[in-house]
This record gives sequence, C-alpha cells and structure tokens, in this order.
Amino acid sequence: MGSHEVIEKCRKVYEDMKFTYVKEWKEKTSGQAIGILPLYFPKEVIHAAGALPVELYGGGDMVDIIKGDAYYQSYICHIPRSIVDLGLSGNLDVLDGMICPLTCDVLRNFSGVWGVLFPDKHTRLFDQPQNFDPDIGGEYLISQLKEEIEVLEQKGSKITTERLNESIELYNENRRLIRNIYDMRSEKPWKIPAYELYLLMRAGNILEVSEHNQFLREYMETVGQLQRRQLDNVRVLIMGAFCEQPPLNLIRAMELAGCYIVDDDFILGNRYLDCDVEISDNPLKALSDAYLKSNVPSSSRFEGYEPKWRKLLNSVEERKTEGVIFACPSFCDPALQDIPFYQMKLDEAGIRYMSFQYAEDTSQFSLIREQIGTFTDSVKLWEN
Amino acid sequence: MCAKESEIDFSKDEAMAKEKEIMESYIQKVHSARDKGRKICYTFVPGNIIEILHCFDIVPVFPEIMGLQMGMRRIGDQYIELAENEGYSDDICSYVKSSVGMFLNDNMGPYGKKVPEPDFLFLVYSQCFTFIKWWEILRKLFDCPIVTIHLPYRQHGLTTKDELKYGVKQLEEVVIPQLEEISGIKFDMDKLKEILSRSREMEEDLAWVFNTGKNRPSPVDALFQMLYYIGPINTYFRGTQEGVNFYKLVRKVVEERVAAKQGPMTPFGRLSEQRYRLAVEGAITWEHFREYSKIFFDEGGIAVASTYTKVSGFGDSSEFFHDPDRPLESIVRHNATNYGNLSLEDRVNMMEHYINDYHADGYLIGSIKSCKSFSAGQLTMLKELKDRTGMSGAFVEMDMMDPRYFSEANVRTRIDSYLRMIDEKRKEA
Repeated sequence: MGSHEVIEKCRKVYEDMKFTYVKEWKEKTSGQAIGILPLYFPKEVIHAAGALPVELYGGGDMVDIIKGDAYYQSYICHIPRSIVDLGLSGNLDVLDGMICPLTCDVLRNFSGVWGVLFPDKHTRLFDQPQNFDPDIGGEYLISQLKEEIEVLEQKGSKITTERLNESIELYNENRRLIRNIYDMRSEKPWKIPAYELYLLMRAGNILEVSEHNQFLREYMETVGQLQRRQLDNVRVLIMGAFCEQPPLNLIRAMELAGCYIVDDDFILGNRYLDCDVEISDNPLKALSDAYLKSNVPSSSRFEGYEPKWRKLLNSVEERKTEGVIFACPSFCDPALQDIPFYQMKLDEAGIRYMSFQYAEDTSQFSLIREQIGTFTDSVKLWEN
Repeated sequence: MCAKESEIDFSKDEAMAKEKEIMESYIQKVHSARDKGRKICYTFVPGNIIEILHCFDIVPVFPEIMGLQMGMRRIGDQYIELAENEGYSDDICSYVKSSVGMFLNDNMGPYGKKVPEPDFLFLVYSQCFTFIKWWEILRKLFDCPIVTIHLPYRQHGLTTKDELKYGVKQLEEVVIPQLEEISGIKFDMDKLKEILSRSREMEEDLAWVFNTGKNRPSPVDALFQMLYYIGPINTYFRGTQEGVNFYKLVRKVVEERVAAKQGPMTPFGRLSEQRYRLAVEGAITWEHFREYSKIFFDEGGIAVASTYTKVSGFGDSSEFFHDPDRPLESIVRHNATNYGNLSLEDRVNMMEHYINDYHADGYLIGSIKSCKSFSAGQLTMLKELKDRTGMSGAFVEMDMMDPRYFSEANVRTRIDSYLRMIDEKRKEA
C-alpha cells in the first residue's frame, strides 16, 4: 500500500463507531475483544490470550451524545459520556470486557458506572501503582495482571510465557516503529502532516498489532515519495491531550494556522513505554519493570522529585521547538493542574506558548485557528 | 483578607462548643510546633494516617481545612482568584487553588495568621487522584521533601490480600524509615498500638452516635452537625486522650438527647420537629454552609445519615475500626474504607442501607462542581438507587468553596420541590 491508501484505511477504522473491524476480527478468530480506556494497560497480556485489545478514546465528533449526558454532569469531561453513549446504543456490544486504568477520578468512577450499566460484562479497574519500586509497586502491578489473566483465560487461550514473549516482541516492534515515525516527523514535518500521523496512531488503538505494524512500515516506506512543499511554519509541540482527544479537524486547524507539530502527547498510551520490554522467562516482571521505569511525562503518573517540566524542556530542545501549544480538554483536572508550572518554566526559558481548552466534539475552530495564527505570527515576527 | 466571625457564630451544644475549643488548641499546636522542635507536615483529611505521625511527634497541617475555613469565612474566592491569575483553570479543584492562593499570599491562613511552612509533605494517595496533583504542586512551591504512600482503590468491595500487602510494605519500607529520618525519632510499635487503641475507642463511640440517626426524632443531624463532631477524629486528635475524652462527651450529649427525645442543635435552634428524614450523599458548600443548612431547617428536614461525614471512614459499622493487634494492616484496611475510596457499587450499597435502615423519607445527592472524585458517577447512583428502593432522589449542584457555583434560590427551589413530592407520595399512601 502507498501512504495515501494506508491513511484512508486508518481513517475508516477511526471513523467507524460501529467497530466493524473488531466484529470481523472476532468472527475470523473467535477471540475476545477487550476495551481499554486511557491511558495505559499492558496490551500484551490481552494479546497473549488470543484476544484483541481495543483502546477507546471516546466518540470524538462522530457521536451525537443523546444518552450519555444523562449520566454525567455538565462539569465532567466529555470522554466518559461519549463512551457511555456508545455503550448504551449497542456499539460496544462487541466488547467482552472493559479495563479502566486509574488515570483520574472520572475514569476511576467510570469503572463503577460501566459495571452498573453492563453487569454481565467483565469490568476491571487497573489501579496502576504510584510506587515505583519493583519490590513494592512492581509486585502490586503483577498481582493485578495475574488477576486479569485468570479472567482472560476463562474464555481465551492459556497465557504461557512463550505467548507473552511473542506478544511483547510484537508490541516492542510497534513501539519502535512509532518512535521512528515520530523522529521522522520531527525531522521533516512537512513530509508527515500531523493529521496523518494522528490517524495512524488512532488506527493502532483498534487494529491487531501485527497489522498496525504493517501499516506503519508501509506508510514510512512510501510517504517520503510524495512531493510535499516545506512551508515557513513554526515548529510547535502540543501538550495536554493525553486522554480525551481533540477532534481531527482541530489538529488540521492547528496546522493550517501555520504550525508544524513536531511532537505531541496525543494517544499517549501507544508511547507510554519509552524502551523495549525485555524478553525473559518472567514476562510479567518485564512488563512491570518497563512501566515502572517509563520516563514519559504523563499527568496521570506521580512525578516525585523529577518534575515533568524538565522533560518538557528537554523535548523542546531535542525537537528544536519554537513554541508550545497547551491544548487541554475542558474539565480535565490532571492536565490542567500541570499547566501552570509548565508555563512558568517556559517563561523562564524564554520559550513562547499559548493555551486553549477544547472538548472532543468541539466543532467551532475559527477562533482557535485565529489564536494559533496570532501565536505563530508572534513567534515568526517578533522572536528574532 | 479578614474573617466575618458574625456569620459563623452558630448555636452549639456542649460537644460542639468543646469541639471549637479543642480545634483551636490544635491551631495553637501548629503555631507553636517549631518552638517545641516538632516537625510540621502538610497532609490530607481523608485517608490521613495520623497515628503514624503521632509516633514521630509530627504536627500535621491540613490544607483542606484551610480551604474550608476560607470558605466558611467567605474569603475563599480571594484565594481562588490569586491561583487563577497564575494560570490555574476555573475547571479544577477549588481546594487546590485555595492552597496555591495561600502560598501566593505569604501563606496567610484563614485565621489571619501565617501558617507555618511544611518541613515535608505527606502524600497519602487514596480516594482522590487530585491528591497526587495537589501535592506535586505543593512540593514544587515549597521545595521540600515528600513522603508518599499509595493505598489502593477498593474496587472489590473488600481489601484484598495483595492490596493489603502493597500498603503494609509501603508503611514498613518507605513511610516509617523516612519519618524516622525526618523526625529523628525511632519508631515504636508498642506506642503505635497504644495510639490505635485510643483510635478504636473513639471510633466505637462515634459509630454509636452515627447509629442514633435511626431514632425518631433523630438526636443528630448526620451532615451539618456531624461535621462538627467528626472534626477532631478526622484531624489531629485521633489516637489521643483528648480525642477519647471528646467522644465520650459527644456520646453523653447524644445519649441525653435520645432519652429526652430531642433533635439536634442547629444554628437556627433545636430541630425536634423532623418532617423529612433524608439520607444525603455527597459533599457540601462551605462558603454557604449556613444558607444550605437553613434550607433543611426551614422545612424540618434532617439528614439521618450522610456519606460526606464518612470521608475518613468511621461509618456506623465495625468494618471501619482500627485493630491494635494488627496495627499496620489495620491502618491500610481502615484507609481503604474511607468513603471516597469506595467503588461506586459500595457507595450505592451504603446509600441503600441508609435509606432503608435509617428509615429515610427520601434522599438527596449534593454534587460538587470541582470535586470529580465525588461527583463523577453520582447521576448513575441516582438512577441505581431509584431502581433499588423505588424512591426518587433530589439532585443539587454547588461547589465546596467557590461561591460562583452556588445559587441559594436554585438549591432551595430544588429541595422544596423534592419535599413537596414526598408530601404528595404520603398523601397517596
């Protein structure tokens, strides 16, 4: 496939709120499909049971929320209500279970809401440890994975060391490919538009990992052949969208306003581990160690004595960023509480930034585009 | 920023008056701690592990208490504004903003005095994810050490063996060694057991008091009045002899009211004519504490049971009690059962129990705009409770300390309408 064809296939998967791919995959394999909410759960465990991990990032602007609003007050973010809406409208019947990582209080409580709405389906809260000692937090993480394995094995394949290691290999490759494509994009952002990379990443939330790896490889092999002109855009880093996602057209609007997005924290779950998971005779420990050692800044992970702003400043330097855009979902406590310190440190470092809030179904982009345009002008015209 | 004391001068029973006295003595302890060579930490009300801090003679400061006192003194908005001017969104927790505002205001507290800065922060992460974010912010603001423990969310309706092990290991290998180093005091398990015995005694007395809500008339208001009664046990005094004495007094006062068939004392007089017995879920507005409680008083509404007063555990059941014979395990188990750490199903179970066993005429859910831990899922609770009890509930919205999100007229209208609905149901019956 050429890059255009890959992206069109990804778009189809991304826009399909009936989850046809998942249905067809289940018919073909007789395997289970397990939903995962943001931000991180080791998908290898699900994959090793012969099941399909399906990461849900809400309905975006593809879902008109009718039923979901009845379950959440106006001051709760958008993502749980669109997932509830998808569930109540039958679109998620294809899922055999749901895993809710403890990313924030809303998603924590979502596990209870989902359990009430769908009592016959398996629902788990994944309480990811905030203690990062392998003998303490690591043990606790492994105990939770073992509980999940017990459930998965009831309907799926036996999860052996060998199978787990095979899955780890595939996901290691996936993470390497994703790191490569992010590096490629940073080097020549005019070659890889942000919305294309975004669609590739979103498809990876649904597609079986080998298939996604194939998509990534084919895209990277062919996208360079396209004649795409380099524009005088500003190199920006986007931060804040680690859970509820901006609508695709908002990402497009950012680019059209004069930005090259050279790094972002969209769909961070795909990049939560920044190194390979070791292949060993104790794969659960290897998965746990990789989680504990992860150095990816995330609003849902206790930073201890290593403030996230240092990582932001490092990324700004490594990616040769000229400005930072904080794009946060409204009512997202974890992301919004991180912003002031980021901004303070960017001020001290003399790096320009701007911020705005959105909801996954935001449809009015003209104001945001205007603001970003002003921001990019200010960087270009006044910086030197 | 000055307090308007006249607006919080409520009528009090003997125990409520005593509560004011001992909480003032706690404030004195905070201000005199440095002179006495005691270390100061900032920690949380819900899920605090005060017994461990007592072992090291550490004095806790509770930023939430600062926030709620700012609210009661109607100066919360000034602190919130300071934080918002620094880029803290109006969408986030107003307690967090009150802390940031206090820091920006030279750490001037609601009592008009500078609050001592912390020697370290004690992050007991359970029941609210914002705790992590809040303490991350404070650590950067105060640039001081932080001691951390993560106590798991109770999703299974009980604390599992693995969860207990995770919590106990952190106490043994992280918390206790670090507190020894900070305080210079060696940990003494026997001392902890003694402290826990006193906690247990207080918990048993308090649980007895909570249970009296089943009486007619109820001698206690399980929300507005119990917020006074739980002050000492949820803060500094759990595990102390002063605390034990206080809860003996509370019990005596309430026993007398049960015998006399009296209702509780409220800021507006005694509430003995109780027309509506309500189970109440969720937190309250501190900024408009008086107005909110007056709505109940005017209608003869009494909270016979409430969930907010269980944020630090101490329900009406022995499940919440500390066990001095299993000290560390008991601390973890107790902490996991704090209300905010319960699964949604457990929260519904608790409310169902309150509605049925406390013979409630109805129930009310108070939703707090900036507290997602409490609020997310409350509409599902409303629906589930209706399915289980056949009874509709009322739903009101406010914020714990941001005055922009409280409208007395709207809340009064909602509660009035709900009570009229109960009237109609009674007529039908």
